[in-house]
Amino acid sequence: MAISRRKFLGSIGAAAVGGVTGALGKAYGASNKHFKGYPDSYGVLHDVTKCIGCRKCEDACNVVNALPKPEKSFEDLSVLEEKRRTDAGVYTVVNQFDVEGKKVFAKKQCNHCLEPACASACFVKAFTKTKQGAVVYNEKLCVGCRYCMVACPFEVPAYEYDDALTPSVTKCTMCYPLILEGKLPGCVEACPKGALIFGKRDDLIKAAWQRIYKYPDQYTAHVYGEHEMGGTSWLYLSGVSFSDVGMREDLGIKSAPELTAGPLAAVPIIVGLWPVLLTGVYAITKRKEKIAEQEKESAVARTLEQAQEDTAQKLEKLKAKMTQEKTSAINFEVKKALEEAAKKAEEEAGAQTEADASEEENASDESMKEDE
Amino acid sequence: MGAQMTQPANRKLTPFNVITGMIIVAGIIFTVLRFTKGIGAVTNLDNNTPWGIWIGFDLLCGVALAAGGYTTSAACYIFGLKQYHSAVRPAILTAFLGYALVVFALHYDVGRPWRLPYPIFISQGTSSLLFEVGLCVFLYLTVLFIEFTPAAFEWLGFKKIRSVVVKLTLLLTIFGVVLSTLHQSSLGALFMIAPSKLHPLWYSGYLPVYFFISSMFAGMSMVIFEGTLAHRWLHDKMDETHLKEASGVALGFAKAASFIMMGYLAIKLIGISIDDNWQYLVTGWGAWFLFELLGFVAAPAILFAMGAREKNLTMVRWAAGWTVLGIILNRLNISIIAFNYHLPSADRYFPSLMEIGTSVFIVTIGVVVYRFVTTRMPILHEHPDYKEH
Repeated sequence: MAISRRKFLGSIGAAAVGGVTGALGKAYGASNKHFKGYPDSYGVLHDVTKCIGCRKCEDACNVVNALPKPEKSFEDLSVLEEKRRTDAGVYTVVNQFDVEGKKVFAKKQCNHCLEPACASACFVKAFTKTKQGAVVYNEKLCVGCRYCMVACPFEVPAYEYDDALTPSVTKCTMCYPLILEGKLPGCVEACPKGALIFGKRDDLIKAAWQRIYKYPDQYTAHVYGEHEMGGTSWLYLSGVSFSDVGMREDLGIKSAPELTAGPLAAVPIIVGLWPVLLTGVYAITKRKEKIAEQEKESAVARTLEQAQEDTAQKLEKLKAKMTQEKTSAINFEVKKALEEAAKKAEEEAGAQTEADASEEENASDESMKEDE
Repeated sequence: MGAQMTQPANRKLTPFNVITGMIIVAGIIFTVLRFTKGIGAVTNLDNNTPWGIWIGFDLLCGVALAAGGYTTSAACYIFGLKQYHSAVRPAILTAFLGYALVVFALHYDVGRPWRLPYPIFISQGTSSLLFEVGLCVFLYLTVLFIEFTPAAFEWLGFKKIRSVVVKLTLLLTIFGVVLSTLHQSSLGALFMIAPSKLHPLWYSGYLPVYFFISSMFAGMSMVIFEGTLAHRWLHDKMDETHLKEASGVALGFAKAASFIMMGYLAIKLIGISIDDNWQYLVTGWGAWFLFELLGFVAAPAILFAMGAREKNLTMVRWAAGWTVLGIILNRLNISIIAFNYHLPSADRYFPSLMEIGTSVFIVTIGVVVYRFVTTRMPILHEHPDYKEH
């Protein structure tokens, strides 16, 4: 079972996210592979034209699945006046539609998609598409996020909102335990008019188209569920347009996993590329800062060097000038001193001669005196 | 200060404390009801609308508005815009509290909250975008917690371990941007699985891109908006650097947000063209769509641009608040208002008073914790012992 689940989830395309966990298998999201359902899986064909709105299927469903009894009994057909949907503990409902004055009945339950939106949306793998065709729910894993209910295009899963501590999602199981025993699902067994036929899905599609070909005026030429949302295990035939019996015709043929394959495929790319780009941006920023720093430093250094050179030059000049000034000052002083000295010498010399002269005079006087 | 010290009774009975006290009491009552009577007893959720405001507001808006953490730290540490350094810590704190509250709020919304670790540890639903969101939010909350710890370590005086964490800054920042890119976009991609339920004007293959791009200006606006509130109420906790840089942060983010919002408008137009949804613009939903896009993206973007050009802080702050409202409107449109647009109005969802009350309660817890932390730890100012970095 575990293997089949893994295979299935691998096949639902969106497993591209396996890149994150490295767990799941092949990614079909962006490829042209199309999952056509498990071979020989079962399905149910609901021929809306044969349904009489007796609610026997609802009753059987309630008994087989041991669901809580409703307020109004299943014999009470007045509930058909209101549009109903599946609810907590109500796996299937029959609705009545007025189409051009004619009453038409259609049964609603889980369609058991080939690639279920609920299973693809569940973040704990609480839903499994079995090989037999049933989509089953594992209450033991469910966190109760209700994303399956958001995702389901057929508005089938319901929630036990009034259970405070152990609420679960509830939905039709195609009576999976009975199918495993080789028995018919409860509703199919109970239908008195043959409006529900159980069989291999491939055979049911053939049978449905045979009916359309055989009675073209009784049937709309469309087997609902053959391609809707990638195909479902429940198939529908109707005499009126399907939107007149509460079934949406604008769902398209893309399966739910295909719808989210793109964003999931982007995950590994972001994980792989973002760190590289961001580190690159960081490196560029750092480099820019470094270059700016270096430029600043070199500019400062250059300015400093220039300034030093300038100062040195100035100093040199000043020195030269000072030396020159000093020399000239010295020269001047020397000259001045020499001149002074010369002058002094001259003066001295003059005085000497005078003194000599007077000395000579004195001496002659003295000699003259001596002579006397 | 002295007067307050002498009148402790008056100090406790401030209007702020009285109102928060009442909200918290109400919140505790709702909590008890939720976990004794079930989600159904407290909310208006039903089978058609499994996600209400606890997802649309608490989760989607909470995560978008907490984007300031990755935008600010990326601007500062990766793009080297150091003038935003003083804005990083408050932004990281807001982001951490935002994400913590998102996870807290999820405990109310999911059916069995004690199983919230299941997707990561028990059974990995890797095909689900919600798995990606869960994993990224879990990891990012851890990253934000580590990014926040230096402030707590400084407060507690654990110098050694603080210096170890500070060395991881760049790694954490890059990790944070990667994780934010992933989960911000994946929150939009969640809705890509339901094209039949979301109105075509909001449904687009570009939803993840829209969510990611809008988270950027959501985060920036929130940084400006929160800065405005902090200046009003926590001015005395700010240091000179913070006060000096604050207006530069606001003007810088205003300019950036304005540019990104214009780019967002452009890709929104491209989305409409690619899906050829022009015909819906003339319907009632179209008017509502244009109201969101022109009234809450284009208009505040222009106001941001004008405020940035004229260096008018008041204008920038109004634009930031306006943009935050626009983000809330966008997220509510996608998750609630334009979701299930096809249902008859009787089947549409409107939140119950207790649901709204619980959301208010959770936001209030955030405000109280923010105040507790900023009045004690070095968030709006630098710790005197750790001036360098």
